Order: sequence, then C-alpha cells, then structure tokens
Amino acid sequence: MITSLTNAPAGPHAKELAQRAANRRNAKVGRTVMVKVQRCDGPGKASRWETFKVTTERGMNVISALQQIAGNPVTTDGKKTTPVVWNSGCLEEVCGACTMVINGKVRQSCSCLLDDYAPNEGDTITLEPMSKFPIIRDLWVDRERLFHNLRRVKAWVPIDGTYNLGPGPREHPKDQEIRYKMSECMSCGCCLEACPQFNLEADESKWDTSFIGAHAINQARLFNMHATGKELAMERLDALMGPGGVSDCGNAQNCVKVCPKSIPLTESIAAMGRAVTLASFTKFFRS
Amino acid sequence: MAQRVIVVGGGLAGLAASVRIAEAGLSVDLFSLVPVKRSHSVCAQGGINACNEVARQQGYSEYEHFDETVYGGDFLADQHPVLEMANWAPRIIDLLDRMGVPFNRTSEGYRDLRLFGGSLFKRTHFAGATTGQQLLYALDEQTRRYESEGKVTKYEYWEFLGPVIHDGRAVGIVAQDLRTMQIRAFRADAVVMATGGCGLVYGKSTNSIICTGAAAARCYQAGAWYGNPEMIQVHPTAIPGSDKLRLMSESARGEGGRVWVPGIKQADGTWTKHPKTGADPKTIPANERYYFLEEKYPAYGNIVPRDIATREIFDICVNHGMGVAGENQVYLDLTHRDPDYLARKLGGILEIYEKFVGDDPKFTPMRIFPAVHYSMGGLWTQFTKGSYNPSEPRTKHKSGAAAPIQAAVGQGMAYGEINNMQTNVQGLYAFGEVNFAFHGANRLGANALLSCLFDGLFSGMSVVNYLKDGAPSKAPAEGLPSQPYDDSVKAEQNRVNALLNSVTPNAEPETNPYAIHKELGVEMTAACTVVKSEARLKQCLAKLGELKDRASRIRLGDNASWTNQTLSYARAVQDMLSVADAIAQGSIQRKESRGAHYRTDFPERDDAQFLKTTVARWDPASRGALIAFEEMDHTLIKPAARTYGKVDKTSKKPEPAASHT
Ligand SMILES: Cc1cc2nc3c(=O)[nH]c(=O)nc-3n(C[C@H](O)[C@H](O)[C@H](O)COP(=O)(O)OP(=O)(O)OC[C@H]3O[C@@H](n4cnc5c(N)ncnc54)[C@H](O)[C@@H]3O)c2cc1C
Ligand code: SF4
Ligand code: SF4
Ligand code: FES
Repeated sequence: MITSLTNAPAGPHAKELAQRAANRRNAKVGRTVMVKVQRCDGPGKASRWETFKVTTERGMNVISALQQIAGNPVTTDGKKTTPVVWNSGCLEEVCGACTMVINGKVRQSCSCLLDDYAPNEGDTITLEPMSKFPIIRDLWVDRERLFHNLRRVKAWVPIDGTYNLGPGPREHPKDQEIRYKMSECMSCGCCLEACPQFNLEADESKWDTSFIGAHAINQARLFNMHATGKELAMERLDALMGPGGVSDCGNAQNCVKVCPKSIPLTESIAAMGRAVTLASFTKFFRS
Repeated sequence: MAQRVIVVGGGLAGLAASVRIAEAGLSVDLFSLVPVKRSHSVCAQGGINACNEVARQQGYSEYEHFDETVYGGDFLADQHPVLEMANWAPRIIDLLDRMGVPFNRTSEGYRDLRLFGGSLFKRTHFAGATTGQQLLYALDEQTRRYESEGKVTKYEYWEFLGPVIHDGRAVGIVAQDLRTMQIRAFRADAVVMATGGCGLVYGKSTNSIICTGAAAARCYQAGAWYGNPEMIQVHPTAIPGSDKLRLMSESARGEGGRVWVPGIKQADGTWTKHPKTGADPKTIPANERYYFLEEKYPAYGNIVPRDIATREIFDICVNHGMGVAGENQVYLDLTHRDPDYLARKLGGILEIYEKFVGDDPKFTPMRIFPAVHYSMGGLWTQFTKGSYNPSEPRTKHKSGAAAPIQAAVGQGMAYGEINNMQTNVQGLYAFGEVNFAFHGANRLGANALLSCLFDGLFSGMSVVNYLKDGAPSKAPAEGLPSQPYDDSVKAEQNRVNALLNSVTPNAEPETNPYAIHKELGVEMTAACTVVKSEARLKQCLAKLGELKDRASRIRLGDNASWTNQTLSYARAVQDMLSVADAIAQGSIQRKESRGAHYRTDFPERDDAQFLKTTVARWDPASRGALIAFEEMDHTLIKPAARTYGKVDKTSKKPEPAASHT
C-alpha cells in the first residue's frame, strides 16, 4: 500500500526514477533520437546492428518509435531495409508481449518513454532481443518455455468443473491483497532474463530438468495459498524438488529487481524453499 | 480422428468456450495471434457486473440488471439473450471465484462491490484495477489444465485467414503460422469465432494493437452477416497518446471522480469559457469549476452512461470551446479523495496515467478526452427464445421494485439449442465482442466481460449439441473430401504470393500499408464516432473508395518468407476496409439517433422505422455492404425514452467534428 503523501518517487529505484522524471521535464518534442536495433533474420542467422533516426512526438514510447521506422525503414547510412519485427499487444504494460532489452536492461518497450531514456538531441537508445529465449526474428523471441514451466507446477485451481456449485472460499482482504499481487505476473520473462541460473535452452527435452525460474516458483506459492489450489500442493512441491527446482536458485535477487509488477519473488522463493525442505523430510520419514 | 471443434481467439470468450467444450469431452484446437494469456482481455480494468446478495437485499435483481442493459443499449439488443445473460451472471461470478480469481474482499471476507455507470446499485465485482487480466488468467489456467490433459491443443502465433465452408456449413479454417509462414487447412466439425473487437479500424483507440477486426471481416466476406456495424462505443475518458489512447477506467468516475472544466458562471446560470483555462487546476477556485455532468444530470451525475458522458464532454470542448487550455480535454478529478483509499482501490489504473503522462492523479486532476473503445456490432447471431414470454411487453422496470419473475435457467434463451450464438452460416459460431448480441446501441460498463464469459459457458453447450445432433453427426468433417480445404489453402497462398511479389525498391508512398491505415483511422474517427451526418458520411464513403483502390495496389516493404509481420499487417489493413465500409454504410442508412449512434440531421430516436437490427451482407460484386433492417426481439420490455433524468433541455446539439482525438 502506498502511504507517501508527496509526488516524489520512493523505494529502491527512487534515484533512477527521479533521474527519468528530470529527463522527461527537460526533453524537447521534435528532437532527433537514434534508435539502434540488434537485428537477426531468423534462427541460426547472424545478428547485425542497424540504426535509425526518429523524430520525437509528445509522450513517444519505444513502440511508436518502431512504428515510425516501419513506415519508412531507412537506416542512418541511407540503406533501405525491412521493418523491424517485434511483439506487442496491450501497449499499457499488462500483457507482457513487448519485453526486450533496452539500453542493456530488460523491460517492457511500451512503457519505455524516449523522453526518459534519450532526452537530448542526438541521444541513442539501444534495443536488443531477450537473450534467454530462442530468437524468432529481430526483437521477437519464443517464450514458450515460460508457459511450459507453468504446466510443470500445475499453476491452476483444480475445480470440479464449470457447474453451478456456489461461491468459492471466503478470503480475508489481507490474503486477497497478497494473492492479487502475486497473480499480477504477466509472464513477461524479465525475471528470467536477469537470472544467472536461467539459461538459454533451445532443446525442449531438457526443459523439465533446467531451472524453472522465479515466475513459476511464485505461481506455485500462489496456488498453494488458495484453499482449493492446495489440493495439488504436494505435486507442486515435487516439481520444485528435483533438478531445475527451487534449490537451483542462487539467491542473486536479480529477479525481484527487474520485475515490472513488483512481485515479491524472493519472498516466494524463500517460502517455497522452506516448504520443499519440509516436504522432503516428511517424504523421507514416510518412505 | 474424433470430433473436433476449432476456437479462434483466446480472450475471455474463446477460453471460456474452450474450457466448456473440452469439459464436455470434445477435442479443441485453439488459435490465437498471440499466446492466449496476452489477449486483449487483459486490458479490462473496471470489473464485471452481476446481481449479488447485498444488492438483492436492497431491491436489486437479475431482472433489473436485464432491464438496465436493455435500456442502456437503447433497446437495440434482442431482449431474450440479455435476460438469460443477467440470470447467469451471479453463477458466473461464483465460478470465477472457485477458479481462484482474487476478487477484492470486504473486511468480513465477502466479495466487495463498486458502483458503475448505468445503475444505482453496487453490482460490479472487481479484482484490484486489473479485473480483465485476473479473469483471463483464471481461464488461461483452466485451459492450461486441459492442455496438459491433451484435450486442448493450442496454435499460438497462428493467424486465422478464413473459414472453410462446404455445402453451406463451416467445416474448418485456413490459418497461417506467423513464424514459419506455413499456410494450412484444419478440419473441424464446428468453428467458434472469439476474435474480439475492431478498434484498429479507427487507427488509435483504447484497444490492443491486435484488435483489427480482420478475422470477423474474413467471415463476413465469406458470407456471414454483420449486425449493427454502426454501433461503435466511444469511451468518455481516455488519455491522449501517440501510439494508443489509453483508457482511464470508468471506475475512476465510480469511485467519486468528478468531471469539470474551468468556467465562469453567468447570471442566467449558463457557463462561459474561463480566461485562464490552462492555469494550474489547483489555483481555480471552487465556484469557477463547471461540473457539467453533475449540473445536467443530478440523479446520475458523473456516472451517466458512456455515450451521454462522451457527447457532453465533446460538446463542452468542440462546441463551447471550453476544453482545458483550449484543447480537446477536460479534467477528471480524484484529488478530493483520500490518497491511500485511491491507491488501494484504483492503484493500477492511476499508475498507468502516471507512467504515461508523468503526473500523479492522486494529487493532480487528470486530463482526458473520449476515444473509440468497443464495438457493440459484430457478426450477426441467432438464438432460441426461452420460457419467459409475457403476453405484452412490460413497461420499464422501476429501480428497486420487486422483480416480476424470479431468475431461473432457460427463461431467456433455451439452454443447449444448437442455434444459440450461431451465425447465419451453419457450424460457424461467434462469441464475445466479435458478435453483435447483448449490448444493442450502447454497452454498459462492466457488461462486456460478462457477455464474453456467458457466451463461452452458455453457448459452448450449443456447440457441443450441434456436434452431437446437427449436421456433423451425420457427415463428420474428417470424412469430407479434401477439395474444399485444398481450394481454400490455394486461394490464401495466391493472395500471399501477390503481396510478396508487390515488393519493389521504389514503391509509391500512397500504396504503403502504414499510410493507408493511418488515413483510414483519421477518416473513420472524424466521420463515424461521436456525431455523424449524411454529408460527412458520404464524404467518408468516397475516401474509403479511394483507400480500397490504393489497398488493392498495396506494396510491401518486406518479402521475407520467414516471420513476415508486414505481410500480415497489410492483409489485415485490406480486410479492415470492408468493416469500415459496413460501419459507414450502416451509419448512413440508420437515419435516427440511438445510443452510440448520433446523427445531427436525425437527432431523435425513431422506433417506427429503426427499432430494427442493421444487417450488412457482403456483396462481392461491389466489394461493399448491402444494408437491410431486420425485425428484432423486443417482446419483454416496451421501449421507453432514454433520458437518465437529464434536466437541462436547452443544450445545443453538437456539430459534426473534423477530428476529435
Ligand atoms: C481498455 C479497456 C478496458 C476495458 N474494461 C472493461 C471492463 O472493466 N469491464 C468489461 O466488462 N469490459 C471491459 N472492456 C471490454 C472487454 O475487455 C472486451 O470486450 C473483452 O475483453 C473482449 O474479449 P474477447 O474474448 O471477445 O476478445 P479478446 O480478448 O480481444 O481476444 C481476441 C482473441 O482473438 C485472437 N485473434 C484475433 N484475430 C485473430 C486472427 N486473425 N487469427 C487468430 N486469432 C485471432 C486474439 O489473439 C485473441 O486471443 C474493456 C476494453 C478495453 C479496451
Ligand atoms: S534469486 Fe534465484 S531466481 Fe532470482 S535471479 Fe537470483 S538465482 Fe534467479
Ligand atoms: S514475475 Fe515479474 S518479471 Fe517475472 S514473469 Fe512475472 S511479471 Fe515478469
Ligand atoms: S504491449 Fe503489453 S506489456 Fe507492452
């Protein structure tokens, strides 16, 4: 809950946010910004850099810059090229589609304003695809593994079907607030891009034994908290127990720093770590 | 091969349908342009309506929800389906609750409620400020469960190119993999279209970038009828932006947001432009703030329905020149509310404003203006009336009065009948925003998510029964000859080849797909939104003719045979033009004003002539719409004037706009 009564940004990113706000105030509409894009024609093809000039409009984000380029894709060397390929959807940072690496940091491109990142005439902004997922083309990567890992932890409530069976369990508003926060995860993959333990793995057969990632651990916790979701708690813990499970996490905490939804990932990892330890003891003594 | 159903679209409607149909034991192939979890439904912020125990004990009922929806839609919706939807709403909320949706809670742990436009009762359920996201995720999770069990197969990043129709029946689709660019046909015993709205026809809107309406256009061009195309909702409160007009949810008004402009009150009670209209809003004294909605509509105030709020804001800015700083914008002000309360109740949506504009709405009034938001019109669908059939339509329900009937399943629509939400093409269904049902001439806030889920859960059963008892039971798709499929693939391949061959180093700028789309958006926004007139609409048709011609000569900037997004975009632009044409033609021929459709030259509603559904049929010869007005179902409630208790009768009629976004 936000309690500060001023406009000033607070929290761990305060300095960065304040810098961006200052940039935004000083940036002039109609200046020229260089957009440097890492391009690749398809899987297995070599990458190359291309730079484009963009004339800024009020409130311009990376998406509208790419749109401007698409209308007339000519590089700064005057070379005619193809429009850049990228992914987007909601344009308001709730779908996760447009994630890419901007000036070296993974984030959503729709909520990335040019004024914040390239406030001066002639500034350059750099766009790269995420590196932990196979490239499809240019800035578009294949994040299927992220969804696969949600299946690994059975991230759903096992309801008895869609019949009319009355309401779900009552819930205290405090618990709702916690679950809501965790449930805002939009499967963007920022936490995976930043994680030293999560690596590019194109071979699908290895997915089940490679590190599952902070987002999936958080989802396991989310559903283990729900009165009906608990039904599958042991199966989720099993999935987090083996190779690629929660113990692969090196506790570098990069994930929580880049999560655009401020999901308490390290708390979730710690909670699931404890639950897994407890469950393996219980299992050991039962067998 | 067992019987299969294809669902095109993985938003709320498509996922609800997939879950329902898979649960009945059938195999589902689910197609989507994007991973389904990223569908446009995530954008919905405000909530979902349903009668609930608290409201019920204060006099509300499913019947009143039904009545509000019909009245809100200015009587253009077929009434029986609306009744069934309102009756099902409470059980749909229960189901979502069981799926684990984190609905906001009261201190006792019950589901919390908020006030939304078009009702005097709290009947809107919500999950933080991202209700659509939370509902979509719940359905996405259930779909993933069926996917793990092998009952649902996902085809994500596949684009639907058209239905395969054989002997007048939909027997599959043609689709293209947007990565490999492979085109292939898929057989199915029924096809459910759940592809959402068409905001991109207007260039910039509140919709996601994938809401082109092209999928519906392809069904329409293949013979499916399009109902009420001219009914396009413009949302009163959006944040002006260069790539998108981001929505400021109606819940900002529901939570006490007040709409005003700086103004000077004259002796006769009218207001005039403020000399310092662009000054810091905090420096404008209370008596120089013109709360025009509250003054004109004392009963509803700032929560009047969308079309009314939109026209009033438009009127203040465009006709009276009273917009803030002389621009097309008014204040939406929450600064009188407790910041902690706002952060808790509206945190997510206020963050959007701050993120994209830079001001914190908890302390500075937001600047907003209307934007295209929702398409009430869409693929025309059928239904079978249910058991409630009074001998005479009733008069408008008095809010809070005892309901004439107690809600029960099957009163509105007959459950499981195979024609429910089926288009005029046998075996081709349309669920969610892509169909024309429920919302008539204007949708009430927080009723869309409901209609999407209702379609999937209720009419999903109709699809199941169609496979069991309809044509597929005698002639399953798997046994059909391959020719209709091969022909459809060939036609699409030819279209793609032509587009790829259009690439040339020195293309005329007028054949650039981005330029065509941009001009389309500007024209449609100017002619076919808040206020329309015959003269302006005719001009629009001429422009559309020019764009159609240019689109037929479209030239691409990329001939890659791998992941060619330009190809898909250009093809969508071509198909969007047929929807634009239907919107413009419907707008011209509906010579009255009703709901979101406002004609300056015909400012009154005309029930004698136009209490009818606009049906657009694609005419391949003219490559445009043939419009007819068809009888509709208004047998439950007698049409009443839609006033929302307005007191000011002297306000001028708005003039048509050149552009307002
Ligand atoms: C900003 C905003 C806020 C809103 N807030 C609310 C609210 O608070 N309450 C409310 O009730 N309603 C709200 N609405 C309306 C509501 O969100 C939509 O009407 C609803 O989500 C539509 O759902 P759908 O399932 O019909 O389609 P969508 O969610 O749009 O999904 C369409 C699906 O079809 C797929 N698709 C489209 N074309 C093709 C193709 N050619 N090939 C393959 N797949 C395709 C897409 O990939 C996607 O999966 C809001 C709308 C907006 C824009
Ligand atoms: S804390 Fe664990 S999951 Fe998060 S970045 Fe570090 S290693 Fe990865
Ligand atoms: S946890 Fe955060 S960073 Fe990771 S996928 Fe979810 S929203 Fe993205
Ligand atoms: S486009 Fe949806 S998060 Fe950026």
